[in-house]
Amino acid sequence: MATIAAEQPAGHRRAAAIRSAAGRVGMLVLVLAILWGLWEGYRWLWIREGWTWPFVVDSTTMPHIYDILRQLFRNPTSGAGGDILLVQLLHAAWFTAKEALVGFALGASFGFLLGVVLSQFRLLQRGLLPYVVASQTVPILAVAPIVVVYLGSLHVAPWFSVAVIASYLTFFPVAINTLRGLRSTDRRAVELMRSYAAGRLNILWKLRIPAALPYIFSALKVSATASIVGAIIGEAPSSIQDGLGGFIVNFNQYYSLAPENLWATNLIAALLGIAFFLAIVLVEAIVVRRAPEHVA
Amino acid sequence: MSVVDIKGLTKRFDGGTVALEGIDLSIEEREFISLIGPSGCGKSTLLRIIGDLIQPTKGTVQVNGKSAAQARADRDYGIVFQDAVLYDWRTVSRNISLPLELARWSRHRRAERVKEMLDLVELIGFERHYPWQLSGGMQQRVSIARALSFDPALLLMDEPFGALDEMTRERLNLELLRIWEASASTMVFVTHSIAEAVFLSTRVVVMSPRPGRISTVIPIDLPHPRTAAIREDPRFFDLVTRVREALHLGIDVDRQLAAPSREATS
Repeated sequence: MATIAAEQPAGHRRAAAIRSAAGRVGMLVLVLAILWGLWEGYRWLWIREGWTWPFVVDSTTMPHIYDILRQLFRNPTSGAGGDILLVQLLHAAWFTAKEALVGFALGASFGFLLGVVLSQFRLLQRGLLPYVVASQTVPILAVAPIVVVYLGSLHVAPWFSVAVIASYLTFFPVAINTLRGLRSTDRRAVELMRSYAAGRLNILWKLRIPAALPYIFSALKVSATASIVGAIIGEAPSSIQDGLGGFIVNFNQYYSLAPENLWATNLIAALLGIAFFLAIVLVEAIVVRRAPEHVA
Repeated sequence: MSVVDIKGLTKRFDGGTVALEGIDLSIEEREFISLIGPSGCGKSTLLRIIGDLIQPTKGTVQVNGKSAAQARADRDYGIVFQDAVLYDWRTVSRNISLPLELARWSRHRRAERVKEMLDLVELIGFERHYPWQLSGGMQQRVSIARALSFDPALLLMDEPFGALDEMTRERLNLELLRIWEASASTMVFVTHSIAEAVFLSTRVVVMSPRPGRISTVIPIDLPHPRTAAIREDPRFFDLVTRVREALHLGIDVDRQLAAPSREATS
């Protein structure tokens, strides 16, 4: 297919690209409109019928979407600064994004190295893998304060403790998928490398790792969003007020007075997660050269 | 001196299956040897043992007077599988230059050799294509170019054209003969196709299954260089018939010998 596309005149290709981009934007708008309609429709139906299952619907449990959006452009009643909520949240999102990014980088690097090491030493893998899995069954909320206290006693900046907590959620999918990717190399491709008298390191570097990239990138997509969750959760025990986590704790306390504040914060947090996800998709498109049908 | 010297070779797999038994085979320099036989006769296993990809249970394999392991370390083998097994993330050029990178050739020498190889397999103009942008026949030509790039003494091919259509297959057969005549390589070629084996080879090694043995070796005395016209030569038909009869003989004997036990196991 790609060769055929390459032979088409440039004008046709551009027109096709524009058509496909317009189609995607149209689809996005359509999906958002449907979600909006479902939210408001559910709300309207439940209030009209007085249904209380599974929960009572009113403007506290399900505020109007336009109220949530309008709140973004107001000064929140409980907010300290003079800025509108959107500006405050964007500052907070930027702060959380930095923590998440550092956490993601730490976790992804560690996860990748762990996956590589475990793939090379079968015995180590058998001994260590259960603990790697067990590490993820420990609730992050229980670990977070311990990390903050430990690192705090070493005079590490609180935001870095948060990054470490984010990395705790990040490393696991990367480690597991790296390991899986490195072990699923085509047997004949390995035999070819052996017939070229390639050593273990060359087989790893020139064959196993490039072949595992699609696996690694699907883990990075999961991890990118997990790192945001980790950063938000980590902010609470560190009593960091500058990030989205601080806003969430704060708005949670005043939920019954102004539920729109929390919903608006969740919206920004979700958008931040999507931004991280798309960044990985972009990097993958640049780095991984595969047959189109192989790109996840 | 023989390029390949196999003596008393037996291969028994872990499950107890005897894949090969009592194989003796000597391959001279610049020969084109085809291994032919029904599924399960161990022809691919034999090829893998020659290439030091698996170890024999008994017997010895010498390649250029060395052990197979030493020959592999010295990069004496080029291998081509049924699927091209190209690396998707490398362009055609970089696929061909992979063995050269591993042998630490300079960038300049690599570029020169890749160009020669592209010329040899008639893929000039496709240097920067990725494997998935090529047809199956083109992919297999890249795979052959890669195997030949470092001038291996011995080219091991495991049904390289088995997945291709008949037309492409016959064209690549001709191309392979041309490549073989232009290079100094000795070929060991595994195939299912009698016509292909006769057309390409200097000798056809006919194998029979359970356990894998060599039943006959048939010299192919057709003149070189061979052209497509030789496929219509009466001598070609005679040789095809001889190989076919040898194949059936091997299978019939196997059937008579194994009939009672096979019924019991299946």
